Amino acid sequence: MDLTLDEVKARNAEVITEALSVYPDKTAKKRAKHLNVYEGDKPDCGVKSNIKSVPGVMTIRGCAYAGSKGVVWGPIKDMIHISHGPVGCGQYSWAARRNYYIGVTGVDSFVTMQFTSDFQEKDIVFGGDKKLDKILDEIQRLFPLNHGITIQSECPIGLIGDDIEAVAKKKSKEYDGKTIVPVRCEGFRGVSQSLGHHIANDAVRDWVFEKGGEKAPLFESTPYDVAIIGDYNIGGDAWSSRILLEEMGLRVIAQWSGDGSLAELENTPKAKLNILHCYRSMNYISRYMEEKFGIPWVEYNFFGPSKVAESLRAIASHFDDRIKEGAERVIAKYQPLMDAVIAKYKPRLEGKKVMLYVGGLRPRHVIGAYEDLGMEVIGTGYEFGHNDDYQRTTHYVKDGTLIYDDVTGYEFEKFVDRLQPDLVGSGIKEKYVFQKMGVPFRQMHSWDYSGPYHGYDGFAIFARDMDMAINNPVWGLTKAPWNVGP
Amino acid sequence: MAGLRQIAFYGKGGIGKSTTSQNTLAALAEMGQKILIVGCDPKADSTRLILHAKAQDTILSLAASAGSVEDLELEDVMKIGYRNIRCVESGGPEPGVGCAGRGVITSINFLEEEGAYEGADYVSYDVLGDVVCGGFAMPIRENKAQEIYIVMSGEMMAMYAANNISKGILKYANSGGVRLGGLVCNERQTDKEYELADSLAKKLNSKLIHFVPRDNVVQHAELRRMTVLEYAPDSKQADEYRTLAAKIHENVGKGTIPTPITMDELEDLLMEHGIMQAVDESIVGKSAAECAVA
Repeated sequence: MDLTLDEVKARNAEVITEALSVYPDKTAKKRAKHLNVYEGDKPDCGVKSNIKSVPGVMTIRGCAYAGSKGVVWGPIKDMIHISHGPVGCGQYSWAARRNYYIGVTGVDSFVTMQFTSDFQEKDIVFGGDKKLDKILDEIQRLFPLNHGITIQSECPIGLIGDDIEAVAKKKSKEYDGKTIVPVRCEGFRGVSQSLGHHIANDAVRDWVFEKGGEKAPLFESTPYDVAIIGDYNIGGDAWSSRILLEEMGLRVIAQWSGDGSLAELENTPKAKLNILHCYRSMNYISRYMEEKFGIPWVEYNFFGPSKVAESLRAIASHFDDRIKEGAERVIAKYQPLMDAVIAKYKPRLEGKKVMLYVGGLRPRHVIGAYEDLGMEVIGTGYEFGHNDDYQRTTHYVKDGTLIYDDVTGYEFEKFVDRLQPDLVGSGIKEKYVFQKMGVPFRQMHSWDYSGPYHGYDGFAIFARDMDMAINNPVWGLTKAPWNVGP
Repeated sequence: MAGLRQIAFYGKGGIGKSTTSQNTLAALAEMGQKILIVGCDPKADSTRLILHAKAQDTILSLAASAGSVEDLELEDVMKIGYRNIRCVESGGPEPGVGCAGRGVITSINFLEEEGAYEGADYVSYDVLGDVVCGGFAMPIRENKAQEIYIVMSGEMMAMYAANNISKGILKYANSGGVRLGGLVCNERQTDKEYELADSLAKKLNSKLIHFVPRDNVVQHAELRRMTVLEYAPDSKQADEYRTLAAKIHENVGKGTIPTPITMDELEDLLMEHGIMQAVDESIVGKSAAECAVA
């Protein structure tokens, strides 16, 4: 039974009221500002965002360290990233986020390795700067092919006031100007991982661009040089994106930061255009490069053939006809392939309803890919989005969509229970809760150990994975014990 | 451990806490009490008069060289001094690095786990300057010191610090049971010092437990790294410390929950005793030159 738009809106408003009703008054008042039913003609989603989570709820957010070490810096493959502080933060961020890379791990690439200063009580009491100094020496000796080192601060570093900047400067001098980047991403800073992205961007600005000075690039520039910004190459996303850009005639001189390297960061000021996928985590450095080096930037979306085509054209619009024609050629080449994918999967997925709750760009960016398969996103929200994300989201969501910012574990369960979507896309912490509720689920942070999902190649995999989740025969075999009987 | 008394000396830096506490504890030892001193100051000078030593090896410096505090034995850190007074120093980082407060917590936990307090009648904590953070409040938390003695003088800033420390005690008085044992005024020979100290004590719902007069014999003893009790046991000053020790000994269970006062009240107190004139609002924030012109 399909509800009319008005019925959907009324139902969603009612669900929000229901969810809020269990909270104490003060909490309900605070949470009410983060939940809304989108009104199609409004310029934003009507929710407050980037505000401290309410104590006592189960928030799905991370911390500033997660934003810097886990997201922005971690994938830079030829640098060693020290988790500076007690061992836990390093242990739990070990092996990164499936940020694929090409290189020999432990020799010239280090993404999946974990380096930590493993703070002990004495390091807290006496300060950890001497230990850090020694670790940097050990890294130089054991991994001589590393191209740089970052120091990712865990909470205690800020609490005890260690001077990691002084250590970084001193050791950089000792090692002939080696890039050593202190990052003040202590977990207690800010309300979510979002501030960690910003701090990490600022560290690139201060310690790679400003301190590194003008380094002559090792290559001849061309008029078609672009840098991919904000693609973390999860499951190979940046690779399936890069080939399209190259095929249309552009030259990708840097990947930030999936499968990226320090040299790529350093060379980016030579780009003619920065193309920005994850706006949330890397708009800061894009704006900086625009101001400082005059490099324009353009946002793009490589999820699903409609958005890929739209984005290829938008990118090409910054270049001459050769590139514009290249874009059309690429679109034309892949369209039949995409038509085949859609022909195969759309009949199996048409009309299926999806609820999302993820971070970064995905709460809006993947909507087009679902729509290409005839599916409908009926609820979405950001872990750590800001107001500008919710404004951008209006270009994607339909009138009446349920919007939930920094959703709590309880609210999310409640919403899914009442809206009964055919698929939920969120993270590992949510996965088993919903599967046990009998709702098909895909992890949309790590692509559930699959991917890539970006680009044309990615869409074929995306479509297959969604079909696999939704049409898995296992859902027909689950029976609630209380429903068994005559 | 039934009869164990745990006390602590707090007060503004440089007020003579360590000198007063060591002399008083020496006098308590003379009375036959078994004493353990726990120095909680990174400077590690809380036990030098008892041990005749410049600075004792501290728990934290030994732990740092051994690897961790778990690698230490009690006998590594404990020294025996005058009249069998047992001494440990927490120690801490050099100024400007690390977290000295965490060091205090680590050291006290270590001492408790190792059973350092067994067989003692008194444990005395000597804590640096002010209660700057949670670490330095450790001795006044639950199951640590039962009575706090604040060493002060008639100087404005010493009284200000005494009031601040009272705030710290008040914070833990309800959850923990720590009490303010009283104020010890270490004479600086400021105007109406006794009266001021006495009124402040009353305002804080406490008492001036003893007024220790100034005497150069303290200096002479200190130069020899000795307490007055040991250097000049027959001096009048030694008797002052004996009196203070006896008063503290009898003060068991008589501590109070302090009632800290506001800065304004503290200034009123000084005005009451004619130490400070009523503030002329027209001169506040004006330099000497500006006042001369006016």
